[in-house]
Amino acid sequence: MRELEARVLLGEDGLNAEITRCGASDLMSDVLARPTDGILLLTGLTSVQTVRTSKIAGVVAIVFVRGKTPLPEVIEVAKTQQMPLFSTSYGMFACCGRLHALGLTGLDGRR
Amino acid sequence: MASLRKSFPIVARDFVHAGEASIHVQNILKSMHLEPALIRRIAICCYEGEMNAVIHGGNGQIHMDIEADRLALEIIDDGPGIEDIDRAMQPGYSTASEEAREMGFGAGMGLTNMKNHSDEIHIDSAPGQGTCVHMHFSFDGKKAVS
Repeated sequence: MRELEARVLLGEDGLNAEITRCGASDLMSDVLARPTDGILLLTGLTSVQTVRTSKIAGVVAIVFVRGKTPLPEVIEVAKTQQMPLFSTSYGMFACCGRLHALGLTGLDGRR
Repeated sequence: MASLRKSFPIVARDFVHAGEASIHVQNILKSMHLEPALIRRIAICCYEGEMNAVIHGGNGQIHMDIEADRLALEIIDDGPGIEDIDRAMQPGYSTASEEAREMGFGAGMGLTNMKNHSDEIHIDSAPGQGTCVHMHFSFDGKKAVS
């Protein structure tokens, strides 16, 4: 998160598990179509369905890109689902590049 | 053989609460200590079905029947029905509204995801007659309900 200069919106302590895989998508059914268990999700979509999709798919934490932050009611849902949320001013492309440089892989483990 | 039936209502176009029933299903399955990969498959199918019903359907219900060796999921809505089921099953094909697309849906992967994550899927639908999606998940001999 330091690499993305991300602001913590929720669940600072929730990120104890080491994350090695990352996915980036604004389409929720595309998230559900892939092996997303245990990943970090980068997305520009701040709707409540981002939180619920992530919960169903086994996403460990969500980073909202392009400086977006969800509405308070969405953060409230994330709180009940214990889903850590972050926000970064970097765009999707820059976030992917920075995390790739750190050694994170895609959903299938490939770089 | 004991079985457990749970039902949940689905409200058409209620995007604020859409998905809550599937998270409830996921929590029930977690409390039953089913295998995590199986829980994930069932939860994904339930959620995609629930979202389909919210987006396209009228009101509806989710019925989950847990038996000793398998789980059956039925998602029923009284919406407009599917005109061409084969076409609706094509990855990328979508008739989702702008409102649904704003929520991150309409990628045209819903039914494809349900097909890929279930052991068996059967869709009953016709224009004007609503839609019923039946899915089965096998426990591979592992007992879930005693």
